[in-house]
Amino acid sequence: MKNTICKAAALFVCGFLCCSARAQVTPQRLLDSAKEPQNWLTYSGDYAGRRFSALNQINTANAHGLVPKWAYQTMAGGKFETTPLVVDGVLYGTGQDDRAFALDARTGRPIWQYQRALPADIRPCCGRVNRGLAILGDKVFLGTLDSHVVALDAKTGNIAWDVTAFDYTKGYSITLAPLAVKDLIIVGVSGGEYGIRGFIDAYDANTGERRWRFYTIPGPGEPGHESWEGESWKIGGAPAWITGSYDPATNTTFWTTGNPSPSNRGEGRAGDNLYSNSLLALDADTGKLKWYFQFTKHDEHDYDATQVPVLLERDGKHLLVQANRNGFFYVIDRSNGKLLSSSAYGKVTWSSSKDAEGRPVANKEATPTPDGSRVCPGAAGATNWMSPTFDPQTGFFYVTAREQCDIFSTAAQPYQAGHAYYGSAYFPNDDAAPFWGALRAIDPATGKIKWEWKHPSPAWSGVLSTAGGLVFTGDAEGNFIALDAASGKALWHFQAGASVYSSPMAYAIDGKEYVAVAAGSALFAFGLP
Amino acid sequence: MSVGVSDMRRRFLGGIAVHAALLLVVGVIPARAQDKNPLANDPNAAKLGEFEFRANCAFCHGLGARGGGRGPDLTRTQKKHGNSDADLFRTINEGVPGTAMPPNGATQQGVGMTEEEIWQVISYIRSVQVKTSAQQAGNAARGKDLFHGSAACATCHMLQGKGGRLGPDLTGTAGARSVEYIADSVRNPSRRLAQGISESMKEFSQEYETVNVVDEHGQKFQGVVLNEDNFTLQMLDTREQLHLFEKDKLRAFNKTRESLMPKYDEKMLPEKDLQDIVAYLSNASSK
Repeated sequence: MKNTICKAAALFVCGFLCCSARAQVTPQRLLDSAKEPQNWLTYSGDYAGRRFSALNQINTANAHGLVPKWAYQTMAGGKFETTPLVVDGVLYGTGQDDRAFALDARTGRPIWQYQRALPADIRPCCGRVNRGLAILGDKVFLGTLDSHVVALDAKTGNIAWDVTAFDYTKGYSITLAPLAVKDLIIVGVSGGEYGIRGFIDAYDANTGERRWRFYTIPGPGEPGHESWEGESWKIGGAPAWITGSYDPATNTTFWTTGNPSPSNRGEGRAGDNLYSNSLLALDADTGKLKWYFQFTKHDEHDYDATQVPVLLERDGKHLLVQANRNGFFYVIDRSNGKLLSSSAYGKVTWSSSKDAEGRPVANKEATPTPDGSRVCPGAAGATNWMSPTFDPQTGFFYVTAREQCDIFSTAAQPYQAGHAYYGSAYFPNDDAAPFWGALRAIDPATGKIKWEWKHPSPAWSGVLSTAGGLVFTGDAEGNFIALDAASGKALWHFQAGASVYSSPMAYAIDGKEYVAVAAGSALFAFGLP
Repeated sequence: MSVGVSDMRRRFLGGIAVHAALLLVVGVIPARAQDKNPLANDPNAAKLGEFEFRANCAFCHGLGARGGGRGPDLTRTQKKHGNSDADLFRTINEGVPGTAMPPNGATQQGVGMTEEEIWQVISYIRSVQVKTSAQQAGNAARGKDLFHGSAACATCHMLQGKGGRLGPDLTGTAGARSVEYIADSVRNPSRRLAQGISESMKEFSQEYETVNVVDEHGQKFQGVVLNEDNFTLQMLDTREQLHLFEKDKLRAFNKTRESLMPKYDEKMLPEKDLQDIVAYLSNASSK
């Protein structure tokens, strides 16, 4: 069957050598993912984090005719955040409460389903969510809300191995899609609301043995440790809850980190609080830090830097770009971590000046007060974890921008293990303005916004770009939308009946292209009639 | 409750579902409420409860539990969904179906709370509760006459099934909003537009914004937005006619945050009348 599928796919996807009946996803296939655009092998579609599909059967000329081809229901409540993987006709996804499933990618019919029996006292921050799997060899890999890493047999869903990353009762959980590099499965931990000490782990894909751990907060004697007051480093947060990128040329894996804890109270943790809200360049084999760049020093507004770092090349320069939750778009030289530019892509009031390196610095007035101070962007950020995309055809970077402000307040709070540790509260300002969003196309060369598509309210959907000249995104009103990547004109939309809290992807099988997105409790696949 | 089996798997063989219809729902276990708060009158519990409150509740109920735009003032002794400790526990843990109050742990904001933490929050709420009598200044009977009569509130507002549709139904409003909030909404209706239907996965519901449209035939309509997205509009015009539009077919469309409700200043509605109407609303909402 696989042969037939692949031959058919080859009819319109030219230029790649296709498959024998291979179930094995080798490290080489992950490196060469561009050679098999019919598949979606990693969370972001490639190691560079671009969320770009080279498929072009669905394009600006025919997108208006898209129709739903199938829907798969998890029957679960809460946010459905998965980006599925597709390998040779089989789709692998995750659902709420640490579900995982394999489907026939043509029909949505399940091949197997898995659901973890989660303990009653898990400590998820913001929903019982999971964003997806990694695949390597004959296994798929899941990070769980009780802070385990689990390998499932890709053909059956049987558990191949199951290891504990950390004690979940202390507030640790895993929500991201792991990253497979060589023979390693790399994950980061969530829990910035609980006073954890964040880390990034790499596990042997075959055995589950932990091969390295990088603590995102340096311990005594390590550089950066002095950026924490007293013992605050032990409970300083800095989780790493979004999937990193990988540059094979330098064997560097790029990861981003979240807020220092407690999120909205700087008192008691004087200093820059390294490596919270940072970009980390790690050696993929050892987890050793090559360099770091901190986006927001000593953050007091929950401005996690956990947005997928996107790698791109321009004028012979190896760049890393990120639209940060704090409202700035950063361009960084990824060979050394030097900041090249930063520009606001949404409403920002927390910063109105830059330091010598060009990094935005916080205004004094933005510091949370006991009664609250109004700051933009709000705690949910100018964007959040939903993926952006880089389209090499237009050269634009597309991001879901949120226009919303909050009133940030603060209060002293003792730390108790496993208890919420915000030291604060935030709430919307009463006049409800601003309260909207936009898909924005940014030119990375200038930081200028080339076009925007307005959302009636701030959205939580990621963005996919395709070689068909399209970008796909969703909104909080439940629409899944195809737009012209060059102009921002909407070409098609589908009302999914629930807000989109996921990042879309594309794949092909039997010579037919599909675009898939999760919304509500359903995963939808769309195609041409 | 997780039946001792480490994990659940379901297999489908060759398309023939070996499918047990029941999926094990591993969700938040509803803790069974005791009748009395075991942490009652414990000042330390109240203090810890304040942190939980800030993290989980203040987003809607405001700092100090004094009510925000979206959640009721909880410092009042009278709680809409029950005053006993057990009632409060149930409200917090299970949420209030049909309202924006979510079950514990299911909110998009904050974290799930343990049973102990819920009791701490209840201790905190008790500690900030204002010990005033339910007696209020206004005359509810007179307020009723005004509401349905000369003040013309019922032209647009429904109360217990009677009245107009253009504005929000006020049946439960007094239980969910502070007196100051209600008075301000009467005096300055455009300051904070009331909210309409709530979509389960949307962070905030639609508001009572004023909309003016010209349809494809050139006909003009003014009214309130019931719901809206980028492509469609569901509105009620001032004659309470429902219109469902596709935006790309409209000749004109504009929306404003200027409420259709007139500003009831002291000339239109003396302070005494306002108090009577608020008293009537309070009575109606506690029934």
